Amino acid sequence: MTAHDPSLARPNTPVTTYRYDEFDAAFVRERVAEFREQVRRRLEGSLTEEEFRPFRLMNGLYLQLHAYMLRVAIPYGTLTARQMRRLADIADKYDRGYGHFTTRQNLQYNWPKLIDTPDILEALAEVEMHAIQTSGNCIRNVTADHFSGVAPDEIEDPRATAEFLRQWSSAHPEFSFLPRKFKIAVTGAEHDRAAIMVHDVGLRIVKNAAGEVGYQVVIGGGLGRTPFVGKVLRDYVPRADLLAYLEAVMRVYNRFGRRDNKYKARIKILVHEKGIEEVRAAVEAEFAAMDRSAFSYDPAEFERIAGFFTPPPYEALPAESAKLRAERVTHPAFGNFAEVNAAPHRVPGYAIVTVSLKPIGGIPGDATSQQMRVLAEASERFGFGELRISHEQNVILPHVKQDDLFDLWKLLDGAGLATANAGLVSDIISCPGLDYCALATARSIPIAQAISKRFSDLSRQRRIGKLGIKISGCINACGHHHVGAIGILGLEKKGQESYQITLGGDPTFSASIGEILGPGVTAEQVPDVIEHIVDFYLAERQEGETFIETWRRIGHARFKDVLRREGEDGADI
Amino acid sequence: MTALKHPQILLASDLADGEVVFLGAESWERDHRRARVARDKEEAAALEGFGKAEIAKNRVVDVYLADVDVGADGVPTPLHYREKMRLKGPSVRPDLGKQAKGGA
Repeated sequence: MTAHDPSLARPNTPVTTYRYDEFDAAFVRERVAEFREQVRRRLEGSLTEEEFRPFRLMNGLYLQLHAYMLRVAIPYGTLTARQMRRLADIADKYDRGYGHFTTRQNLQYNWPKLIDTPDILEALAEVEMHAIQTSGNCIRNVTADHFSGVAPDEIEDPRATAEFLRQWSSAHPEFSFLPRKFKIAVTGAEHDRAAIMVHDVGLRIVKNAAGEVGYQVVIGGGLGRTPFVGKVLRDYVPRADLLAYLEAVMRVYNRFGRRDNKYKARIKILVHEKGIEEVRAAVEAEFAAMDRSAFSYDPAEFERIAGFFTPPPYEALPAESAKLRAERVTHPAFGNFAEVNAAPHRVPGYAIVTVSLKPIGGIPGDATSQQMRVLAEASERFGFGELRISHEQNVILPHVKQDDLFDLWKLLDGAGLATANAGLVSDIISCPGLDYCALATARSIPIAQAISKRFSDLSRQRRIGKLGIKISGCINACGHHHVGAIGILGLEKKGQESYQITLGGDPTFSASIGEILGPGVTAEQVPDVIEHIVDFYLAERQEGETFIETWRRIGHARFKDVLRREGEDGADI
Repeated sequence: MTALKHPQILLASDLADGEVVFLGAESWERDHRRARVARDKEEAAALEGFGKAEIAKNRVVDVYLADVDVGADGVPTPLHYREKMRLKGPSVRPDLGKQAKGGA
């Protein structure tokens, strides 16, 4: 009997995820009942759409191109097997058999009926899930590193902090009607996998000279029509001051953030217009003057929350599995999967597995209900019943024994979930674009599919190496195109879909916003342009260089020049 | 009678299920082929007026006029690719949306 024995799997009780207390459960139940009544009143006609709209948005319900869309929160991307199964059941019963995992660690249903949404929310509440604050001008679902708790480079698991913030920000009366939406991301590692530099607030867990854990606070990052890399507000905030300090940040934003123009209402504009020094002075003044008693830090409460994220009962294993080594040789396809999709784990003998939701030619981030059930099963059989959703729209199994990787691969392969492309050129982030989204100006999914098919040869992808392509179907940049090593933005030009390409974006601590390559191209031209860019990179790169390193070394102009020569006069590129 | 640059139809989303609907001869239709076509500004204004009343009756939301081309068979086809997509469903999922029902 081992910790991986399926008979020991305890649905909904994985050892490393937060569980609702009575307050959480009651709060969510009350919200469902409240929304049920609001929907009833809307359908009977006593609420107009204008009156109802803020209520539905407070519960993550949008009206899109073809139907309603419900956005479900997956706090800091952590999910249990039972929750994943429930998402699958909802997809079958109330939607059309699939869901879409997003760049903010949410799941979106594309076809719910308004009349069914209270039942969906009730089904979610039964497994400690909800859609609260996945929309609206409030503090949205707090996101975190998808390798939390298992990454070798981690100072501290950021999920305890993220949960601390979730409890602080949920239904916060002062910050429920901010100038605009507000996004917070947390990382506790030396390498950023949470894109904290392009969030309204990014928190990086650090240690001070005395070895005490605290937070570097970055503010004013963000993408959208005016992209900015965040600026450091404070190098170190002690944990005891975190909530009070963030309260001060939010108060300054709430007071001075522009409300006259929604396009200038994000905190990044405030930081840009006032300057980080003036914003810092305002935050520090607020922090010094405010009554902090309401935010007094209770270490016991933090420890209680952190206690939910303690490591599962790992076995004592050799650092490297001889079984894995042998199976990699005898099954080359598995070997590729293990090489590309399995990452080092902090515990000897274990691996972190990225399950790609980017099959060649597939829709990035989509999973069928059957695939969701396979993922739930995989987590129970091979990973203590826990899953993560990454901001790259993939699913992570954070605790897989190296000995089990082959069996896991077989299970995933049978469900079309074993594409060995994590981090490679076909692991493309894409927003839903004009195939679903009412705000989009062009399609993005078909562009991702075309590029994925063009680079379908996985051995060629491995030769190219890590390369992030990110696609958005409008300037709101849900596909994070600004921070793609290759970014693609869909726009409308003279009544046609047109695609603007950027190079050099980086979502990590060394964040940068991509630079525009030239005039937009047609959808049909995009794969050719991408291929030219990749070929040029391969010709120019030095040993061991990634795309972004080559681009930074030789400069944007070189890429631009070579592509200009590819076109007649550069007008198409 | 004031001419329109292009004929127009009225689109909306059904309140209960969010599906795209088109104002037809008598009521809302789920098949655009039965959409009523406005050929001058007065007719378009009448469509819009009807749409606003329907919003007030809580039957539909998000009502607007879209330019169309009318084929020899009398079937209106939107000129803009956004509305062309709304007629069918997601271009990446032909098994879903109106196209799956043979409606477009």
